[in-house]
Amino acid sequence: MRLLNRHPTRPAGVLLAALPFVAVLIAYWIGSEIRLAANPQDKLLPAPATILNTAAGLFTEPNKRTGEILLWADTWASLRRLALGVGIGALISLTVGVGIGLLPYVRRGLSSFVAVLSMVPPLALLPILFIVFGLGEISKVVLIVIGITPFLIRDLSQRVLDIPHEEIVKAQTLGASTWVIALRVVLPQILPRLIAGIRLSLGAAWLFLIAAEAVAAEVGLGYRIFLVRRYLAMDIILTYVIWITLLAFLIDFALKTLSRKAFPWLGGGL
Amino acid sequence: MSFVTVRDVFQEYDGRPIIERVNLDVAEGEFVSIVGASGCGKSTFLRLLLADETPTRGRITVDGGKPAREPGRERGVVFQKYSVFPHMTVRDNIVAAESFPKGWGWFRGAKLREARARADEVLERIGLAHVAGNYPSTLSGGMQQRLAIGQALHARPRILLLDEPFGALDPGTRLSMHDFLTQLRAETSMTVFMVTHDLGEGFKLGDRVLVFDKTRWDPDYPERYGATITYDFDARDHGIPYQHILDKIPSLAAAATPPPA
Repeated sequence: MRLLNRHPTRPAGVLLAALPFVAVLIAYWIGSEIRLAANPQDKLLPAPATILNTAAGLFTEPNKRTGEILLWADTWASLRRLALGVGIGALISLTVGVGIGLLPYVRRGLSSFVAVLSMVPPLALLPILFIVFGLGEISKVVLIVIGITPFLIRDLSQRVLDIPHEEIVKAQTLGASTWVIALRVVLPQILPRLIAGIRLSLGAAWLFLIAAEAVAAEVGLGYRIFLVRRYLAMDIILTYVIWITLLAFLIDFALKTLSRKAFPWLGGGL
Repeated sequence: MSFVTVRDVFQEYDGRPIIERVNLDVAEGEFVSIVGASGCGKSTFLRLLLADETPTRGRITVDGGKPAREPGRERGVVFQKYSVFPHMTVRDNIVAAESFPKGWGWFRGAKLREARARADEVLERIGLAHVAGNYPSTLSGGMQQRLAIGQALHARPRILLLDEPFGALDPGTRLSMHDFLTQLRAETSMTVFMVTHDLGEGFKLGDRVLVFDKTRWDPDYPERYGATITYDFDARDHGIPYQHILDKIPSLAAAATPPPA
């Protein structure tokens, strides 16, 4: 039997899926053991038990000076920036994307501009954003918006163009205006694509968020990682990295579930 | 009296003529089948009737009005595919035929309930009442086309345009769709244009069968000339329209009867 026709059984599948995770953990554990055996003061690869200990403290112990738990404060600050940036980016891209896809005048006017704009490396603009918007919240949110919006616009406008011309004509023969076609025919059909696009650009959004926080912030997950880097506090950094990964995974999962629940007409697509 | 009038219509894309010198008069209530080889311009002609495209030259008018520049409510259409909205339930697809001309394309409250009740009557008539709450993707091809026809007719268009509406259906379903369409037509007596590949279908359903073909042919430059209407058959009475000619024209009957000796 050919290799490409062999399928794992269900338990074997679960085992295979867990294998890479376990392998990484074991590799880390071995490395940590070797280094700690040579030098018990080693800070580069703290023992898994040390990390767990630190993590438990980070999640529960309040800061002695301010009384708040730093990790949660960092999490809320970062999630707020992320949500604002992604939300504003989604709204802009939805409007502009439908405009480009549906209206020839907007398409002629904006599509080349958006194509060029999406080539500008957003991180290169960060200094300008700091100069223009200051070091506060706005510059970080704007960086996320600038980072993900051109991609989303191009994706969504293409999706609008992909809607069969027959459907648009049919809506016209039923007497729909441009506005009604945008609202009742186009918008509902590209909302699932918007969610898929957001899922794809969330990685980039996190990247821009952490980069902006690393450069200038007072609170935030990225800020904390780059702050404790000075003390080589690998246990804190690793806890934060795993926490961020978990958050990103949960957001992605939530969006996927939302898409399936909210758009039953897709019939299991996406 | 001509209801749909086509005068000297030419259509070309990038200088390539597709159809040329098309003239046609269609009376209200006639069913016109349009047949021809692939690429002969019959679908182009239907798009021109639909006003999805405007002809390079010539004009098409309905009931003596101005030539339309975009598709509107007086023309209903059913395509081979993509004729219903996949994100709306079967019932809401029918409701859309009423709600789309409104400002937001949406009904609320009592108006929505009334529109849905009317939609349910339509679904009852076209035999889709049992799937009213389903999405079109769960329907068979024949049911989707029935829904598309019901939706188009619910908007009460003055002419109905069908672009190979049964092309993607299997032969059995196609036969039942013929009965369905014949029955609907008996109820509404609407003017219908149908493009089809199937000659038998064209003659079975149509009052007239138009054939599109090229009358001029340059072997060195096949794209030099466009197609036009080459035959205009009378397809009533099973395609033998003259067997009742004496009943229809009594004066002729008198002349044909030998005088009593």
